[in-house]
Amino acid sequence: MTGPEVATEPIRLLDADGSLVESDANAEWRELAGQLSTDDRLAMHGEMLRTRRFDIEAGHLQRQGKLGLWVPSIGQEGAQVGAAWASRDQDTIFPSYREHLIALHRGVDMLQIIDIFRGAVHGGWDPLETRGMRIYSLVIATHALHSTGYAMGIRFDGACGTGDASRDEAVMAFYGDGAASQGDASEGLVFAASYDAPIVFFVQNNKWAISVPSTRQSRTPLHERARGFGLDAAWVDGNDPLASFAVTRRMLDAARQGRPGYVEADTYRMGAHTTSDDPTRYRPSDEEESWRRRDPIARLAAHLRELGVDDATLAEQDREAVELAADMRRRMLVAGTAASDDIFDHVYSEPHPLVLEQKRALAEFEAGFGGDA
Amino acid sequence: MTSDTQTQLAQPGHPAASVTMPIAKALNAALREAMRADDKVLLMGEDIGPLGGVFRITDGLHAEFGEQRVLDTPLAESGIIGTAIGLAMRGYRPVIEIQFDGFVYPGFDQIVSQLAKMTARHKGRVSMPIVIRIPYGGHIGAVEHHQESPEAYFAHTAGLRVVSPSTANDAHWMLRQAIESDDPVIFLEPKSKYWSKGEVLPAPAARLHQAVVAKPGSDVTLIGHGAMVHVLLQAAQIAEGEGTSCEVVDLRSLSPIDWAPLVESAQRTGRVIVAQEAPGHVSVGSEIAATIAERAFYSLEAPVLRVSGFDTPFPPAQLEDIYLPDADRVLDAVDRSLAY
Repeated sequence: MTGPEVATEPIRLLDADGSLVESDANAEWRELAGQLSTDDRLAMHGEMLRTRRFDIEAGHLQRQGKLGLWVPSIGQEGAQVGAAWASRDQDTIFPSYREHLIALHRGVDMLQIIDIFRGAVHGGWDPLETRGMRIYSLVIATHALHSTGYAMGIRFDGACGTGDASRDEAVMAFYGDGAASQGDASEGLVFAASYDAPIVFFVQNNKWAISVPSTRQSRTPLHERARGFGLDAAWVDGNDPLASFAVTRRMLDAARQGRPGYVEADTYRMGAHTTSDDPTRYRPSDEEESWRRRDPIARLAAHLRELGVDDATLAEQDREAVELAADMRRRMLVAGTAASDDIFDHVYSEPHPLVLEQKRALAEFEAGFGGDA
Repeated sequence: MTSDTQTQLAQPGHPAASVTMPIAKALNAALREAMRADDKVLLMGEDIGPLGGVFRITDGLHAEFGEQRVLDTPLAESGIIGTAIGLAMRGYRPVIEIQFDGFVYPGFDQIVSQLAKMTARHKGRVSMPIVIRIPYGGHIGAVEHHQESPEAYFAHTAGLRVVSPSTANDAHWMLRQAIESDDPVIFLEPKSKYWSKGEVLPAPAARLHQAVVAKPGSDVTLIGHGAMVHVLLQAAQIAEGEGTSCEVVDLRSLSPIDWAPLVESAQRTGRVIVAQEAPGHVSVGSEIAATIAERAFYSLEAPVLRVSGFDTPFPPAQLEDIYLPDADRVLDAVDRSLAY
């Protein structure tokens, strides 16, 4: 058997109204989600709120001309928070460019994400300082191969497969339904399967690749496609943080024992693809409205209320999230700009005569104007 | 790493005396020595395992180092290069074999958009010590896609280094130096010369990115790389009999280009021919012509002339000897240069 049997609907533990779904089919997933205490679930809710408020503030900054572009993740926080909590400290994560919650969860500073979109840097942060969170990858699915290669290296190092989930390393790669059509996405599955790489591909099917619907990307469900490559695969309700956690935790722990996996998270991009996009040109408002009723934050909040968490606690979380986003704005407004040396200094790891010569020539050219114009 | 500075240190694991061997064996020995010296060096490519590669460059390495160090990969060039990037992030030093020049293009995006930019994207926090070996060029009578010279694409791309040896000694030591480099190196092997023998010295005689004078001369400078160096030496020999002294400069490195020996030679002879198998339009030869014109303008007696493959797709094998520059076409350029 390769993972859960072919499903007719995604694995779900929380209904849209936040009530628990209890069935024989989801028993094992309920048991896994049981690892999460009420405090854990409250913390997950806090991370989702933080990401939502960050997203909204970044959107404002773009509209105010402070960012060249913004890529909102609104609506996808549930899938991401489950995956983030499913990862273990020793894991390495290769994001696409919309994984803001994952980045914040692993210790990336909001401002480091913003730096990419205000044109200060390409990469944003040092992956050695962010608990295994690699930098964003903008050409979709190219990192499906980088992550697979990294996972192959884990296997060659003997850093997985000992049976100790608290030590064995694994990799998670994030991409979406659009990227799934890229050749590199398929080649990643081929190599992961060939080398029993300890990796889980976490695919957020948010239904739209800019303006093209996911039905144009694949005639078969994406998780079924992955099975054809020999990977374990699961289909999860991505707006259900508990189900996302349970399924990803199990797939990741199987991956660290040499069974590469694939999680398709059924979710929805509630906002635009980027601030340059206009969803009103390609998708109906009633579709957006139907997904707004499935907002993952509202769903987890309802669940928390059922667990006895009071409204004041949830409101306090939101207030903190607003303040963190405001703090990011304040810091961004006084942040420095890139220096011209940045153009030249890291093109190569070893000295390169052409680059050095051009750096010197630019410095001379600029000095020719006198002063520090 | 110090691939560009250290040339004369003792070389552990390498024979203390010179050994004569073909280029193919010199490459094989370089891979074996590099793998013995550093267990992070691993090989990736198609059919490079028990078969030893279609040109047998990896012969015997799978048996010695096993399938975890010599990876017979799935047949997908983007997959090979993309996973090599991930392995490099993990601390490995992958050496990739692309089976034929024309097969590198499925991996082109991973090379130019990912591999070449990865270090800059990380502000130098991540190095990409990856070598991509590509058997390149014509004169083997093969079918389409098996005889191309794609160097200009890579030389044009910031973040890559591009080199091409012409002798067994250079094949050996330049490959060792390329593997020691912390930057990505495109390593173009003159496949038509794989079985051409030469002496491999006990230590490298030049830096990886150094151009060297293959044959001194005083009237005309001939510049080329890889298999073309052999054509230039042949042309120089014929010209010698006709009373013209040609200096042959082996470029060795196409990115960066070591300008000093080229410019110095141009200043001495005043006449420069640059030759290559690749098409001439927007090529390495074009860059050399332009730069020599800039830096040796007052010494030139004639414009720098280019001899190259035609600006057409590489033709069917029956026509390759017409397409590829030979000694006669080089000598024709020498005559034209002397006529100015």
